[in-house]
Amino acid sequence: MTETRYTKDHEYVRLEGDVAVIGITDYAQSQLGDVVYVDLPEIGEAVEQGKEAAVVESVKAASEVYAPLSGEVVEVNSDLEAAPATVNEDAEGKGWFVKLKLADPAQFAGLMTEADYKAFLETIA
Amino acid sequence: MAQAADDASLLQTPLHAAHAALGARLVPFAGYEMPVQYPQGILAEHAWTRAEAGLFDVSHMGQALLVGPDHATTARALEALCPADFVNLKHGQQRYSQLLAEDGGILDDLMVTRPLDPQMDGKLILVVNAATKDADYAHIAAHLSDGVVLHPQEDRALLALQGPKAATVLARLSPEAAALTFMSATPTTVAGAYAHISRSGYTGEDGYEISIPAAEAVKVWEALLAEPEVKPIGLGARDSLRLEAGLCLYGHDIDPTTSPVEGGLVWSMQKRRREEGGFPGAARIQRELKEGPARVRVGLKLEGRAPAREGAEIAKDGAVVGKITSGGFAPTLNAPIAMGYVPPALAAPGTALEILVRGKALPATVVTLPFVPNRYARTIAPRGN
Repeated sequence: MTETRYTKDHEYVRLEGDVAVIGITDYAQSQLGDVVYVDLPEIGEAVEQGKEAAVVESVKAASEVYAPLSGEVVEVNSDLEAAPATVNEDAEGKGWFVKLKLADPAQFAGLMTEADYKAFLETIA
Repeated sequence: MAQAADDASLLQTPLHAAHAALGARLVPFAGYEMPVQYPQGILAEHAWTRAEAGLFDVSHMGQALLVGPDHATTARALEALCPADFVNLKHGQQRYSQLLAEDGGILDDLMVTRPLDPQMDGKLILVVNAATKDADYAHIAAHLSDGVVLHPQEDRALLALQGPKAATVLARLSPEAAALTFMSATPTTVAGAYAHISRSGYTGEDGYEISIPAAEAVKVWEALLAEPEVKPIGLGARDSLRLEAGLCLYGHDIDPTTSPVEGGLVWSMQKRRREEGGFPGAARIQRELKEGPARVRVGLKLEGRAPAREGAEIAKDGAVVGKITSGGFAPTLNAPIAMGYVPPALAAPGTALEILVRGKALPATVVTLPFVPNRYARTIAPRGN
């Protein structure tokens, strides 16, 4: 069974077994506008919760994506290289960024649930 | 991530409500709350402008009249501040120039038009940048003499209609304006409003800038949008269009540290002015014309897809040689492009350089500007330098 949690920086984490699929939320892509490039980390790289894990470039600007959790990069979405607009079309599906092997599964429980995130979006709308 | 604009101190153009009604995303820009994009998005807006006609609200820009007793007096007063030839401007002719500091650095760039109507002689129409307009007006006013006075026109709106179909559209709404050639202007009417229209703009496309009374702005905006070739375009696409066109953005590609020679703007300084001088910083600029400047603005095409942004360092064989002043993704070319300053020895097209982005050295090549060919409506070849 999978569960998705969210950060206040508009990243999501979908837990698939002990692997976490990470990307930006549909709200985030709508705020960024047309995505033209995603700078992804290397496989094997260790990322730390709250630190920069990727950079997403829209036509206008570059925005950092922070790792919602600590872990080791086990896969990156190389399809985004040729088709960065996938982030706009399907941010929380085919537009994922990286998969992490979690360093500390307890961090997941500290993130916002879908209901929490929806409520959070209401406060910034 | 971008925040919604909610700063009550932000100014609004007369079209603010029209933008909101179209679903624009409004952001703070040069003290105004301006549309950065409409729901179709920057890439679609950019492509539409290159293929059809885009309508831009540029009412935040400063419009002013410089008024003196006769043309020669007013033109000379402005020539004391800018390096272009205004004395020999013909009726209805427009010229691009720069306001210069004492050391030849650029305080702003501006468009200057001599009205078509001979009865308006002694007046010049100025359009300056939004972020600098207050400083420009103070600077100009402080340096005027000979009975020449600056009158800011705060009650006017400015629209830009840009793209290959712009002339087709204006031929229906304003035939006199449709017949203009590049860098000329005429008083006319559009949608029943008195307008002053020039064939100019900042996208590299053929197009027009339409100055109208603020009270008529919504009517003219709606009349233009009712034409099937016209869609509203935000400042996001305006920026990517002007970058592809190789045009300088004030505060980025040119600023008080750059001279017109470094900025590649010698074409805007007519021969008489270059030789005679008589403008601020003439000694530096004439020296740079003779001996070459220390650095020059170049266009850069990057390999790969990662864009390089303003502030990124330019390197040659690992040594930093300059900085990016504008950079981003070129929708027309589907590739990242940038402009920046390098020493003249590294400015030849084909020169291989690196741009340092997030610790990586991205390979880049110096290319001839513009990145995308300009399509201005010239009927005669531009006069040489």
